[in-house]
Amino acid sequence: MMSTENSMKNESNHLRRILVITLVLSIAADLLYWFLVGPHVPPGTMTTSAHDDQIDFNILMVIALPVLIGVWVFMGYTIANWSSKRANVAEPKGGPAARSNMKAQVLWITITTVVVLFLAGFGIVELIIGNGSGGGEGPNPVWEPAGAAQAETAALTSAASWAPGKVLVVQVIAQQWKFTYRYPQFGGFETQQLILPNNTTIAFNVTSLDVIHSFWAYQLEVKADANPQENNVAFTTTKQLGNFTVRCSELCGIWHGAMFDYGKVETPTNFSSWAATTESANAANTADLPAFAWTYVPDANGAAGGFYPDGTVTPYSSVEVYGAKQAAS
Amino acid sequence: MSIAGRLSTVVVAFLVAVALVVAAVAAFITPGTPGGVVNFTNAEATGQPVNLTVQTVGSIGFGPHPTWVSYLVKDPQGKWVHQTTWELPAHTVIHMTVYQYDSGSPLRNQEWGQVQGTAGGTATLNGKTYSHYDSYTGNGVGHTFAIPTLGLSVPLIGVSGSATNVCGVAPCHFNSAHNIITFSFKTPGPGNYPWQCFVPCGLGYLYGNGGPMSTQNFMGGFLDVVAQ
Repeated sequence: MMSTENSMKNESNHLRRILVITLVLSIAADLLYWFLVGPHVPPGTMTTSAHDDQIDFNILMVIALPVLIGVWVFMGYTIANWSSKRANVAEPKGGPAARSNMKAQVLWITITTVVVLFLAGFGIVELIIGNGSGGGEGPNPVWEPAGAAQAETAALTSAASWAPGKVLVVQVIAQQWKFTYRYPQFGGFETQQLILPNNTTIAFNVTSLDVIHSFWAYQLEVKADANPQENNVAFTTTKQLGNFTVRCSELCGIWHGAMFDYGKVETPTNFSSWAATTESANAANTADLPAFAWTYVPDANGAAGGFYPDGTVTPYSSVEVYGAKQAAS
Repeated sequence: MSIAGRLSTVVVAFLVAVALVVAAVAAFITPGTPGGVVNFTNAEATGQPVNLTVQTVGSIGFGPHPTWVSYLVKDPQGKWVHQTTWELPAHTVIHMTVYQYDSGSPLRNQEWGQVQGTAGGTATLNGKTYSHYDSYTGNGVGHTFAIPTLGLSVPLIGVSGSATNVCGVAPCHFNSAHNIITFSFKTPGPGNYPWQCFVPCGLGYLYGNGGPMSTQNFMGGFLDVVAQ
């Protein structure tokens, strides 16, 4: 009887020591991570979605570190204290050594359940308040920033325009193997350059002229699949000047690896100047572009190396009208 | 077998496995130059402009894919060769001449109707300067010569599809219908820069981008830019 009580007391001491060591190391590791590593975690702070995701990653890491440290401490403590050689005990052969511990099981299930449910709720909340968190939301986004629906609807009209403070609509057109960009609020010109104004909400409208691609502006934390005849909308708000990388993140053929370019976030003044200059310089080519639409349907005959057999020249046609879109309630 | 023997066997097997993995990875990340490289680095004195002459043909006429559209390049010895990886000196002006022997069509994306990234933002078509071409007019655009990472793109205007002297087998000659397009650009620092056509000219393949558009040595290749 006395021996059993001593054994339980010893177990309690062991558990207490393990928890204390884990707690001390976890607090130290979390603080070091949050203040030293956290601010440098990709994708950075160039946009609201990038900044939000950086915080999300850091919160996940702060939650994960104590779990990781707890496992390591338990393993180390076990090796140090319960080695059969050190304790001079026989190999366990079942019985008491293999019994379950109800308290430990309940504790483990409770903690992991709380963590998983918290993360699920946290992720959903972050997705909603981040207006999709930079991810493609399809042609009719559920979570839209203020002013986005109006800007998108106006983009299809010739009256579309942009001024600092308004949502900028950018169409991303993927094709094997290059992204090009149309700016409907600047006459609908198309260019190979992606220039954005700072402190501005951007509505990326992503589509493809051929196979499935994926638009991934890494430092902006924007990623949206580019599907033919689909308009995939993603939002973010720029918060920092600088360059960013755009890559295709969907294997799309032989030159997929070369399907990348670099964009730039400029001051609103510089952006306006660039857009006006490009609109003017590209005017002749813009006149030959199809009317701005959310998706385009290339005529397969255009790939045949000859003119269209019916004599009509309609390599594009719009198949979707964004004006029918309803604002998020 | 002794322990030393077993150990040696394991080490040798491990090294062989590592070598095979390294070779496989190296082969994967350097998709290669199946036909080799045409070297233009010694074609001119250091710092002097390099002349690069290519032709586009509607069907190559030989090899495993005789019906495929393709580029050919004139090597420094003046011989037309079927290679699309060209070694060029860094930071050097390249005067490019394209003999375009293929017919044209409207572009899938008229964005590629603009001349971009060349000296002055222009090219010449049979001696006449142009900065953009409406592919819905005339003979349309046969191909484009584009180096996406350099922002360079030039529409290559097609010849009449109804011409009676359309070239059928490469290399084509001046007695076949053709357009001459010229432009200049400057090579960047050393590196590999892929170039490609943006006209989906792979007839009979999905979206026109299979076949010759997706096979090295036909409608795409590399500028292998090296320091001099």
